[in-house]
Amino acid sequence: MSSINYADKIPNNVNLSEDRKLQRALESWQPHYIDWWKEMGPEGTKTSEIYLRTAVSAEPDGWAQFGHVKMEDYRWGIFLAPPEKDRKVNFGAHKGVDAWQEVPGEYRSMLRRLITVQGDTEPASVEQQRLLGQCCPSLYDLRNLFQVNVEEGRHLWAMVYLLHAYFGRDGREEAEEMLHRRSGDPDKPRILGAFNEKTADWLAFFMFTFITDRDGKYQLCALSESGFDPLSRTCRFMLTEEAHHMFVGESGVGRIIERACQVMKEHRTDDVRRFGVIDLPTIQRYLNFHYSVTSDLYGAEVSTNAATSYNMGLKGRYDETKIGDDHQLEHTTYDVLHPTEGGFKPIAVPALNALNERLRLDWAEDVAKGVERWNKIIAKHGIDFRLTLPHLAFNRAIGHFSDIAVDPAGRVISTEEFDRRRDEWLPSETDLAYVLSLMGGAVHKPGQYANWIAPPARGINNQGVDFDYVRFA
Amino acid sequence: MDLRRQHLIDPAVCIRCNSCQEACPVDAITHDANNYVVEFDTCTGCRACVSPCPTGAIDHWLLVDQPWSIADQFTWEDLPEPHPGHGGEIAPPAEVTQMLNVATTATGGRVPAPSSAAQPFTNVYSREAPVMARVAGNFRITAADAESDIRHVVLDFQHNAFPFLEGQNIGIIPPGQDAKGRPHNIRLYSIASPREGERPNHNNLALTVKRVTDGIGSNYVCDLQKGDPVLVAGPFGDSFLMPDDPNTNIIMICTGTGAAPFRAFTERRRRNHPDAPGKLMLFFGARRPAELPYFGPLSKLPKALIDVNLAFSREPDQPKTYVQDRLRQRADDVAQLLKSTLTHIYVCGLKGMEQGCEEAFADICRLSGLDWASLRATLRVEGRYHVETY
Repeated sequence: MSSINYADKIPNNVNLSEDRKLQRALESWQPHYIDWWKEMGPEGTKTSEIYLRTAVSAEPDGWAQFGHVKMEDYRWGIFLAPPEKDRKVNFGAHKGVDAWQEVPGEYRSMLRRLITVQGDTEPASVEQQRLLGQCCPSLYDLRNLFQVNVEEGRHLWAMVYLLHAYFGRDGREEAEEMLHRRSGDPDKPRILGAFNEKTADWLAFFMFTFITDRDGKYQLCALSESGFDPLSRTCRFMLTEEAHHMFVGESGVGRIIERACQVMKEHRTDDVRRFGVIDLPTIQRYLNFHYSVTSDLYGAEVSTNAATSYNMGLKGRYDETKIGDDHQLEHTTYDVLHPTEGGFKPIAVPALNALNERLRLDWAEDVAKGVERWNKIIAKHGIDFRLTLPHLAFNRAIGHFSDIAVDPAGRVISTEEFDRRRDEWLPSETDLAYVLSLMGGAVHKPGQYANWIAPPARGINNQGVDFDYVRFA
Repeated sequence: MDLRRQHLIDPAVCIRCNSCQEACPVDAITHDANNYVVEFDTCTGCRACVSPCPTGAIDHWLLVDQPWSIADQFTWEDLPEPHPGHGGEIAPPAEVTQMLNVATTATGGRVPAPSSAAQPFTNVYSREAPVMARVAGNFRITAADAESDIRHVVLDFQHNAFPFLEGQNIGIIPPGQDAKGRPHNIRLYSIASPREGERPNHNNLALTVKRVTDGIGSNYVCDLQKGDPVLVAGPFGDSFLMPDDPNTNIIMICTGTGAAPFRAFTERRRRNHPDAPGKLMLFFGARRPAELPYFGPLSKLPKALIDVNLAFSREPDQPKTYVQDRLRQRADDVAQLLKSTLTHIYVCGLKGMEQGCEEAFADICRLSGLDWASLRATLRVEGRYHVETY
């Protein structure tokens, strides 16, 4: 069941060949996907060989096989985590019944919407990152970028499989739409705001994978609790891949910080831009930006939509089954921070309505831990600087903080003050132009790293940091 | 000394993604707000957690005499230094000392290790307290129709630490007794793997063993089956070690299973310093290609990594060629290397081969204005000329 059939046109561990109709539908979607990848996938990779991780089974020992693969030979497939015996719906109104193997009719449109929104983010991030290869700081980083890209592509496949397999014609139409929307296109944008932002430089890419892909991780965690078993199994396998993206982001920013600290110590100055590296205050501003924009992805703090999908048993909380409560939340409340006159106040709301906020706070806590690990790098160099996360109400466009202006410390200020001081807190045009100016030509020599980033502590799969992670034809 | 091999997670590299804890089939991995940690007594070393780890932080195996508790691990910001003691408190068995002495007598006895060699562990396991390894594989590496049966035998040390360096030997204790009812003597075999193991971080190593008619030790080792237990002492040897500096040049001369340490040297360079400025030059003699261990893999190594010179003494219709003949053919390049203080020479193989090599070196030196006698003395004092012949 769990070994992957590479003999099929579409590698899979879901016995695709036994469902001719579905197989044909997916095989007819496949060329459209390939066309999309050629047009919008990473630029300049047609002939290179990349040291990629490919799954040969969904078991722990099989999903990370390393080897040089030609991008054009890479085969996206459909992999679900092994089924869990006697799995139940673990929360909501249907708690305790057997997990659904088919979509419950009355929940069809809600579930399709959840899957579509999740699926749409996957091709979007590939589109956002497609030009980064031109200015990669090393072969190691280029390889990581491509690995992230192929896995985002595979995650699209995972969602499209669900749409095709369980949602009939509507699902097939949604799957086609995924290939027609474009990140940042004013006429047919991607569904969620953060996925229409530009990823122009590698600091933005690393921040994105550290912060925004972590939203992806928490969304997948919530969906992996789903009572709809195929969605749960799909998301569980996607999570094993998602961890790599967090790693690329956390270590990437960490290496930029490391390099900044090295230069600060070496030249005894805070003005490291003179030496072509990225200063810590700029990193702080990027952090503020990505954190606040990604906070918006969780939606409104108080939401009946979230309550509905929880109650239906479709989308749970993070680590739902590890939480010690009744998993129905009908009689409990949850404190949600609200804006009040000149400040903030926690107000108890029905726990069901606070699920977005709860997931956002789980995510925020995880981001904060990563930031603390970055601070350790700075502290190790004996430098008196700390990166901090801005207040949750800072720079928000969605939810009940979107109407007020708040500084990163959480002080409510006038819109005029926010606009005047914006560049203290968010990347200015000058910051963006400076970081972009460092993104010169791509570094393609094994073992060489751009001046603004330190080499990693170790390579991929026990290879050296000077391994030829990408080979060019 | 009771050294153990402990599985640990590098907190400086770990991103706390929980993949390992999820993957562990025996719940040996846990975490607090600070770190992910591995419980020594629960971990079976099955490596199910290794491939899911996106960072490589999981793949650390430290030598310890006292395993770290999870309480210790929770407080770490970095991995601790490996065990500070480097063994050495137990004297090597007399028979081992004698064997190693005999191997170096022809060139005047033991010389110091190269200055950039890593500090070796020696005598971690004795005859009285050997370690039990399991055979992970046993492959014939000479052609099926070749006269000599040479084997590539991989030993897995499982939970026990077996720290070694390229160029060291291990002792194998064949089971049973000799004709006089005494336990068999220890058999010494050169390690053919680099220090990280035959497979990196798998706590294993390979030997290159030739079957000798009526040889107790070699027949025992060559007949081992996958899964068989083997009693091992060692590692032994603190002189015939490779220089760690990637700038150093290494001239390696061998016959037959004398290739084992050079396979280890070459793999070390290939894996860790593929672009090393230092040159590797190999002179390898056998009767014919079919009898040359590792002939296939050797011919696939990139030229930029190693300069391979093979000498065959029984090829039909070909003049008999020995390693010293190849040395002379490459006189210019060899002389060039001899002039560098970064060059190290190693000879390993059958007793007597060192003589032919030394004559060749003397000739090469004469032709290029060097004096072999004085150079040889310097090389020895500086730990740059090593001979082990049996």
